[in-house]
Amino acid sequence: MTEIPVNKEGQLDMDRYKESLTRDTAIVSLMWANNETGVIFPVEEAAQMARERGIVFHTDAVQAVGKIPIDMKNNTIDMLSLSGHKLHAPKGTGVLYVRKGTRFSPFLIGGHQEKGRRGGTENTASIIGLGKACDLAARNMEEENARVKYLRDKLEKEILDRVPNSRLNGETLNRLPNTTNISFEFVEGEAILLLMDEFGICGSSGSACTSGSLQPSHVLRAMGVPFTMAHGSIRFSMSIYNTEEEIDFVIDKIPSIIEKLRNLSPYWKPDEQACATGA
Amino acid sequence: MWEYTDKVKEHFLKPRNAGEVEDANAVGEVGSMACGDALKLSLRVDENGKVADAKFQTFGCASAIASASALTEMLKGKTVDEAENITNQDIADFLGGLPKEKMHCSVLGRQALEQALADYKGEHVKEKEGEIVCECFGVTDLEIEKAIRENDLSTVEEVTNYTKAGGGCENCHDAIREIITMVRAEEKPVAKPKLTNIQKIRMIEETIEGEIRPSLKQDGGDVELIDVIGNRVLVAKRGTCAVCQASEQTFKNLVESKLQELVWPELVVEEVSQ
Repeated sequence: MTEIPVNKEGQLDMDRYKESLTRDTAIVSLMWANNETGVIFPVEEAAQMARERGIVFHTDAVQAVGKIPIDMKNNTIDMLSLSGHKLHAPKGTGVLYVRKGTRFSPFLIGGHQEKGRRGGTENTASIIGLGKACDLAARNMEEENARVKYLRDKLEKEILDRVPNSRLNGETLNRLPNTTNISFEFVEGEAILLLMDEFGICGSSGSACTSGSLQPSHVLRAMGVPFTMAHGSIRFSMSIYNTEEEIDFVIDKIPSIIEKLRNLSPYWKPDEQACATGA
Repeated sequence: MWEYTDKVKEHFLKPRNAGEVEDANAVGEVGSMACGDALKLSLRVDENGKVADAKFQTFGCASAIASASALTEMLKGKTVDEAENITNQDIADFLGGLPKEKMHCSVLGRQALEQALADYKGEHVKEKEGEIVCECFGVTDLEIEKAIRENDLSTVEEVTNYTKAGGGCENCHDAIREIITMVRAEEKPVAKPKLTNIQKIRMIEETIEGEIRPSLKQDGGDVELIDVIGNRVLVAKRGTCAVCQASEQTFKNLVESKLQELVWPELVVEEVSQ
């Protein structure tokens, strides 16, 4: 197995990708957008390169579906997986799209449902729910890329402005409209999340202490985010169901949460912060 | 998110004694930013040898902050001798317990206390003794041995929970296993008696039932013991394990490492399709 590295901004190294497609390559699997940073990868271009060499191409589009346009009629992707809960469909639903003619061996056997592709009685109500969610997501896509993006940009800008020694992870150009990943130096992610929870604010953390693993997020480490920053990283995700009032509330609370934890931290020296930046 | 006791949450949300004691005469500093947690403990011991003031600064998760807060509360008013006897388990007990994956937070407290008391006595605060076993978190063989003895640890996973050693790249797992075997051997000077076949089979079944099956069941998998021939353990995959091609390596590694660790180090697991 070959793993393709990313650069400091979390973007895929396409030269390395191209070099890695060899005669021995059986399948490529590339996520459409990264779950922690929201960075969008050039999936259609990568799929085309795989197709030219006769390699099966799979994409994990869980983060991207419903947020950016995806047109399977006009690309060469062989397989695509998506998860319902990411676009407000019933939890526990998902889709594996398999292009006609792609060789495929079922994972769940034991029944003839779905023409033998997946055993087990279909959950019809949830499937209809997922269809409806896709329908709504398609209709709301413009709003997602305008209003949600505006909320995300506002949240991001205000937090970075108000909290010293914070930084944005991931490139901003090719990015999902609803995701931002921010690191706060000298504090630890789990502690941030628990204090956010006191105000009813939900986020997720790439910190080691939330997961039971002891190393911070492999995504941030692959991007070369320094340890001092990686332990205190928080992902905020928004949707069309968020209001500007909610975003303002978060903007109001985050700086004091970070300050509270920094006042406990042996590494936080407010007077020397200028030297510490970019550590 | 972790299940914390109310007392942990309380000490995290309202930490006691945060900061630095101004005229401290006993200071201990352990951990680092790369490790994900660090603690600076400062104490003032009065002329009667009692801890008059104690404060902490912590970089780390909720339980690291709570453990340090708890430690300062426990220390106040104690004599140096009494303080020396506070163990990491005492800190965890004071908080009504810690999730096992978070026990290293209490160990951090104990280590900072040791350093602070050494500082007070004017003992040269020693460089880390022993040899680094875990490169990722800079944990030495002596620290691992100590944690095994004091907390009666028997698996690599437990050692990681208490010391963080082995929680990164995992390259040191064999070395940790050797240390566990060594410490355990000291405790029981009599070498492990050779097991009879019937004892071996019984222990394998118990280990599968208690240690292996629960983690397989989480993913809907299962394992069945087919036969034991000498040190060869024949097993068959059941449930989702049987159809999951991805499980091949994980399955064998899990079953074999647990059996080697808990039953007999020379056991080899083989899969049969029955």
